[in-house]
Amino acid sequence: MAVGKSPRRKDAVAKVTGRARYTDDLSMPGMLYAKYVRSPIAHGRVLHIDTQKAQSLYGVEAVFTFEDVPDKRFATAGHPYSLDSKHTDIADRRLLTGHVRYQGDEVAIVVARDRLTAEAAVELVQVKYEEYPVAVNAQTALKADTPPIHEGGNVIGSHRFEVGGMLEKAFEEADEIVESHYQTGVVQHCHIENHSTYAYMDDMEHIVVVSSTQIPHICRRIVGEALDIPWGRVRVVKPYIGGGFGNKQDVILEPMAAFLCMKLGGVPVKIELPREECFISTRTRHSTRSNIRAGTTKDGVLKGLDIEIFSNTGAYASHGHAIMGAAGSKSCNLYPRSVIKLKATTHYANIPTAGAMRAYGSPQVIFGIECLMEEAARAINMDSLDFRIKNVARQGDINPLKEKEILSCGMVECLENGRELIGWDAKKKAYKNQTGHLRRGLGVACFSYGSGTYPACVEIAGARLILNQDGSVHLQIGATEIGQGSDTAFCQMAAETLGVSFDNIHVVSTQDTDVSPFDTGAYASRQTYVVAPAVKQAAQELKAKILAYTALMTGQVPESLDLIAGNVVFANRPDKVVLPLDKVAMDTYYHKERGGQLTADVSYKTRTNSPSFGCTFVDLEVDIPLCKVFIKEIFNVHDSGVIIHPQMAAGQVHGGLAMGIGMALYEELLIDENSGYIYNNNLLDYKMPTCMDIPDLGCAFVETREPTGGYGNKSLGEPPNITPAPAIRNAVWDATGVKIDEIPMTPKTLYRHFAKAGLI
Amino acid sequence: MQKEITCTINEKQYVLSVDVRKSLLDILRDLGITSVKEGCGVGECGACTVLIDEIPADSCITLAVWADGKTIRTVEGESANGQLSKVQQAYIDAGAVQCGFCTPGMIMTTTAFVEKHKDCKVSREDIRKGHAGNLCRCTGYETIISAVEMCLKDSDNNDSGKN
Repeated sequence: MAVGKSPRRKDAVAKVTGRARYTDDLSMPGMLYAKYVRSPIAHGRVLHIDTQKAQSLYGVEAVFTFEDVPDKRFATAGHPYSLDSKHTDIADRRLLTGHVRYQGDEVAIVVARDRLTAEAAVELVQVKYEEYPVAVNAQTALKADTPPIHEGGNVIGSHRFEVGGMLEKAFEEADEIVESHYQTGVVQHCHIENHSTYAYMDDMEHIVVVSSTQIPHICRRIVGEALDIPWGRVRVVKPYIGGGFGNKQDVILEPMAAFLCMKLGGVPVKIELPREECFISTRTRHSTRSNIRAGTTKDGVLKGLDIEIFSNTGAYASHGHAIMGAAGSKSCNLYPRSVIKLKATTHYANIPTAGAMRAYGSPQVIFGIECLMEEAARAINMDSLDFRIKNVARQGDINPLKEKEILSCGMVECLENGRELIGWDAKKKAYKNQTGHLRRGLGVACFSYGSGTYPACVEIAGARLILNQDGSVHLQIGATEIGQGSDTAFCQMAAETLGVSFDNIHVVSTQDTDVSPFDTGAYASRQTYVVAPAVKQAAQELKAKILAYTALMTGQVPESLDLIAGNVVFANRPDKVVLPLDKVAMDTYYHKERGGQLTADVSYKTRTNSPSFGCTFVDLEVDIPLCKVFIKEIFNVHDSGVIIHPQMAAGQVHGGLAMGIGMALYEELLIDENSGYIYNNNLLDYKMPTCMDIPDLGCAFVETREPTGGYGNKSLGEPPNITPAPAIRNAVWDATGVKIDEIPMTPKTLYRHFAKAGLI
Repeated sequence: MQKEITCTINEKQYVLSVDVRKSLLDILRDLGITSVKEGCGVGECGACTVLIDEIPADSCITLAVWADGKTIRTVEGESANGQLSKVQQAYIDAGAVQCGFCTPGMIMTTTAFVEKHKDCKVSREDIRKGHAGNLCRCTGYETIISAVEMCLKDSDNNDSGKN
């Protein structure tokens, strides 16, 4: 049995020996380097652009400006294509632009024989701009007299629903109504590998794009759309990738690399972003402002939630039109017996473009909800953990938005488990009535999430299994390994169902859209859930073929045979080997009169989407004069169904927790309110946590068995990132009595609040 | 302008003519030693960490010409005869490998740390201080610190992180 164990990751040795090759480690002779000319202002129009000096620099092959690119707008969001014309992504980008919309927007691109020459040439391109008024937030972007950032105005989308009943009626039945305003900042993914891509042509028609992407098959389609070439003529190859976290669930450099390569006669052209450009010119997490109301009875029944939220997508739509709808709907599983009303507005602004980032809007929405739950519990003098336990989802509840039954739910068990792990009850008593500079506090927050994007998008996955001559099996999948360990999890599934040892399953880690089965890629915490049925079915089919072939070889009936640990055995006498698999395999390949290569190739569409659940518990100390928070203990407890690989699952939890701590306490892309200037586009000034800033991280699982999951499993990749911030905020409130409704809670923010409260 | 330098990289002698503008990171990658990753190019992230005369350094902010006469170690040289080093093995066993991009640099920092502290008692806090120059976004550092602890626990009579 391979599922539920923690075998060595398939890519572990490649990665610790430095042999794993990422996009930047692959190079081609004669490769040219391209570098963007970026706008120094946040909003305006190019009046005049002079490329002559750059073009005459030795080693420069070409310079293209916004006037040289096709007048074709395309969408970049890494969503599956939609057959419904009302559900398509917003096409608001050209390859280059004369109307610059954020500091860093792309007006021209230089191609040179080496990186240094390209950098020098960029400095020689002279651009004159006419400046427009800058709007960096909802207040200014949505004002009637603010000039539109795109044709059609600054609102790009709104999402509204009211489910589970009527909100006003629910509030009439409530004894207490609480309300607060919340704010979350712009944060960035900070994958250590920056975006990198190159393109080349082997012939006159087909273009190959090698890229650090989470979504090779979607990327192929978007390159085709952007350049108006048939999709079949584009081939996207994804080697090892150094983290993505959603920032590579967007098509950013690939269409340009392909365009340049085609313009320059098919020679390889590479674009690699330095960290500073990666910070501002890829994607970020949407900053939000929300106003939330909650109504509760005095004995702790949450009657209704009213969420109004503004989400800032920055200069271009990217995923902006989809994120708040997704986050709002995923949250409906958390308190499904309450009325929930959502009104979300997403708008443009002259700041870097926000896109997909780990948990896709849920951390922002849940931050507000879980802060307010703390407030609601306090309003009725109830322990906030007990309040949550009373109201959260239980198995058999109906999701009020989807009207689907929640088939597996360990939410209450997660909260009870966390209560024990952190020592909630004892510490709650001990931390009462503190004085002095150092004060301890406890906090909790919980979440629900989805396992994929269905029914908003198609959920399609592909798996192919090939029996090799030596009795080992090759697994090809369209889903992408981006560090989370999906390759390994799929091998475990194949081993489990097929009856071959994990070590004898080989996986092709590189996706190549000309070869790999179709799958839309790594996002929405979908892969383990939606690929499992495809792998399972392929393994069942291959196993059936192997047993039928063995029956043919030996004269047995297939039904009397089974495949266990790499041997064909008698089903009723598993210790009695009929034939070892390598003997069967050699016969299939080389017997002159019978057989043929045994393969199974499955494409499967998942039409379910099960919610996962979990929570964060934190015990921390606030140093009031220093305005600093020190986390003493922090735990995430998750219901992700059956855990496929406990060690890698814990790794996802640790990483998500740390990213959540960063969002709560340290990280924010600082943008000047008036000019749109970005102050900290680097890892020195942007405070991504080092190991000095992250405490020991605790993790536990409540393993339910999800009936719709191929192996009982549900989503896990993104969820750990959702609740650290509200749990930490609730603990800071518990410790200090000061309610802080904005993140990050940097020393500067804490100082402002502590001073206002008279603590310092 | 080119300048000739002599250095030892992973126990092999090199005589190299290097562009004086290039970093040690650039020339290592030009030699095919691509475990040395560029994550920022300005000494912020530590993904390009190599050992120069046994001291961890960001090779992106080390000029190639400064490597003249030095001994360089990268993760490619840490496994020999099909055997992983103790540090490499500990990273696998602890589950400290995810996307793998920070891993080579992180392993070199750990290798130096373990060699320096082989007879000392160190806390998780000491390990944190010793690894603060290497950023990782996948692991939250939890399993990396555990991997370092495993190396220190097992530091029997070996004279280095190598097996």
